[in-house]
Amino acid sequence: MPKVTVDGVELEVPQGATVLQACELAGKEIPRFCYHERLSIAGNCRMCLVEVAPGPPKPQASCALPAAEGQNIRTDSEMVKKAREGVMEFLLINHPLDCPICDQGGECDLQDQSVAYGRGASRYDEHKRAVTEKYMGPLIKTTMTRCIHCTRCVRFSEEVAGVDEIGALYRGESMQITTYLEKAAHHEMSANVIDLCPVGALTSKPYAFEARPWELKKTLGIDVSDATGANIRIDSRGREVLRVLPRINDDVNEEWISDKARYQVDGLTKRRLDRPWIRRDGKLVAATWDEAFAAIAKVKPGASVAAVAGDLLDCETQFAAKKLLGALGSSLLEGRQTGMDYDVSSLAAVNFNSTFSGIETADAILIVGSNVRWEAPLVNVRLRKAVKKGAKVFLVGQEWETTFGGEFLGEDLSVLGNLPAHVSEALSKAERPAVILGGAALAKGALGAGLGLVGQFNLVRDGWNGFNVLHLAAARMGGLMLGFAQKGGIADLVAAKPKLVFSLGADEMDFAKFSDSIVVYVGHHGDKGAHAADIILPAAAYTEKAGTYVNTEGRVQFAEKAVFAPGDAREDWTILRALADALGVVVGFDSFDELRAAMVAEVPALGVEDLADYGALPAGGGSAEGAFGYPIKDFYLTNPIARASEVMQRCSAELLHGEDFAEAAE
Amino acid sequence: MADRHLEPDTPELRARWGAWTWNADNAAKVPGIIARYPEGRQRSAVMPLLDLAQRQIGAETQTQGWLPIPVMEFIARELDMPVIRVVEVASFYTMYNLVPVGRFHVQVCGTTPCMLRGSDDLLTACKARGMSKGHNSADGLWTLTEVECMGNCASAPMVQINDDNYEDLTAERLNFVLDELAAGREPKAGTQEPGRHTVEPVGALSTLKQMVSENHDYRGEW
Repeated sequence: MPKVTVDGVELEVPQGATVLQACELAGKEIPRFCYHERLSIAGNCRMCLVEVAPGPPKPQASCALPAAEGQNIRTDSEMVKKAREGVMEFLLINHPLDCPICDQGGECDLQDQSVAYGRGASRYDEHKRAVTEKYMGPLIKTTMTRCIHCTRCVRFSEEVAGVDEIGALYRGESMQITTYLEKAAHHEMSANVIDLCPVGALTSKPYAFEARPWELKKTLGIDVSDATGANIRIDSRGREVLRVLPRINDDVNEEWISDKARYQVDGLTKRRLDRPWIRRDGKLVAATWDEAFAAIAKVKPGASVAAVAGDLLDCETQFAAKKLLGALGSSLLEGRQTGMDYDVSSLAAVNFNSTFSGIETADAILIVGSNVRWEAPLVNVRLRKAVKKGAKVFLVGQEWETTFGGEFLGEDLSVLGNLPAHVSEALSKAERPAVILGGAALAKGALGAGLGLVGQFNLVRDGWNGFNVLHLAAARMGGLMLGFAQKGGIADLVAAKPKLVFSLGADEMDFAKFSDSIVVYVGHHGDKGAHAADIILPAAAYTEKAGTYVNTEGRVQFAEKAVFAPGDAREDWTILRALADALGVVVGFDSFDELRAAMVAEVPALGVEDLADYGALPAGGGSAEGAFGYPIKDFYLTNPIARASEVMQRCSAELLHGEDFAEAAE
Repeated sequence: MADRHLEPDTPELRARWGAWTWNADNAAKVPGIIARYPEGRQRSAVMPLLDLAQRQIGAETQTQGWLPIPVMEFIARELDMPVIRVVEVASFYTMYNLVPVGRFHVQVCGTTPCMLRGSDDLLTACKARGMSKGHNSADGLWTLTEVECMGNCASAPMVQINDDNYEDLTAERLNFVLDELAAGREPKAGTQEPGRHTVEPVGALSTLKQMVSENHDYRGEW
């Protein structure tokens, strides 16, 4: 652990730290553009210059200089000040003075740092360089004249995303950042380069010219587009969510989010259910809340009532529904809409036990039935990191384009019982072996066979649990903790022939099987569920209600409410509370706080923002066989919000189905 | 250099170059070139392969050769690397031509030593023969580029034409060289100064005189 002195303060820094990190540990701010904690070191912006003795008598780039014993580092000397002013002046030589029309304005590193470290005025009066704009797809807007060549975007796509498509062409002053032949950036994490870009060269296309950062209300939320539970910041103005950005959480999403999490939000203002509807003579007719409640009360279901939870639901809504059904005398709760019926007697067996940050450290990974890139792009990033550290990855299932290599072992699950010798050897010799079961494997009944591998390869050992299930729905783990699962899956609900079925934002279920029931859709989008419903009660989307979410690792996280639901729509729990009155039962809570308290009393883990403890893994057994398809057919259109989103529709058409969208000449 | 650009990716370009592949001679050379680099580092062969491809295209088109996009894609496939990385390399080094060039690529050095020794006259001479910077002449013979220092400052001004350097030039000497080339002959490469062989001093020594007879240590005199 080298000891260094930063501006007269002596401190010890970790082995391998850079001078920049040492300065940060000493509490000094070092301006930088190209350096980024999660990317490799480039050292090409020169903004982080500091004075280091011993060393050459000139400023040195601190990001690329290892901290060494006895260094005396100055960040406040005249030399450093002049160096920063000089670098800033050079960077601004070719940077246009278009901040008033630039979307990055107000949250621009270049702007902030030129105010803090620049010399205040330019001495440059030659011609500035201009660069033609590059097409990077429907999500990324480019204004390449603003680019300062930090190459963060190039390093991100190569190192993190694993898709080499952005590069720096030509050289020197003529250097240009572009995608190959200006094709659209083609992966699920592409829009993270917008956050990485320290200037306004890469900005958000759907959010172009929408708002200034200081106009926005920032709310801390949890993403529901997949089961990873990415931490997001919801930026809203008035009643509209304008954008979603990632929050830093090293355990979950580091500082990335998928393009779907980021850009499905324009769907929040489209196809919304903003008033109750009742089906009369086969047609949905607008109604009032009173009429809708009266219509439901008229069903007089008694205990013949069931509830199906959708994929985007928070725990509170599911708990409120559970209480309502409980008060009516029913426990017909199910969340696995597509008919899966895996055993949930132990939640440890359906949990991502390694955790996301843990799977990075695995050294042999067997993925069964999961297109991780589409089902959990953030986990895919972790897998890539694991492979870069030397992990071997084997996959069972149809081939998909991985970003980390890996060997496909065939499409048939029977391979699980008869793994090729080299795979068995890799798994048994590994120090941290892991198995990841995807939704497709669960649907095929491979949970038992998967658990069988636990004993075979000793997946659970001291400080390591290598058995993982990767869910697809944000509501899944919370729902399972609250008991939204029947032994036979949704088939049990069908068999019970309930008079009344609550579809709580459940759009993927097969409504035809409930044709004899009155279906009440409590949800926010006019999607498949609303089309099949007899009565529609408009509810709130994930940005419009506070809630607790449990991600696929069993991590309990709280989200706050950013905006109000549109029109007559209400938060889900208030609808269920009012339904209790309409149906003449008592659920035992009158406010959100009471509801949450009741929920925590019943499932204490939901009250603690941490990994829930599900106990030990049960023994496995059984075998699985047969080929299977992956549940996600279109990455951009997996939920009702995304399907309503124009941006996601365009991404789907352009990036997945190859439709050509001619750019209008500007 | 500022006006370097990739030849646009058009259907015609694809039709012309899409099926391009090594000729028999080069196909035999490629494994040897790739084998020069350590296992797992075969991507390093991108530069020699691009050069080989450019030379083959040069031979095929009776020019100095260039690198159409489909050919860069071909090399990316050969080396199993992303195309964008190949394009980055090809667009970085001026040795790779990104657009078609003439049979003789006249690269006039315009950096300070050559400029002081009269490279402006050389450019004027080239222009008088119908060349213009960054363009191919109408007869397809010449492509003129102004380049930065080629490391021949001791025999400035200089011009690089294809693989040869022509040094100690004047407008007349350059015109002679170009005439010879146009006529299909091979003028002497290197210095054009009569009596000079390489970059030995012209006339009497002006510096380091004491080094002539022995290895003199000048350090004490600094």
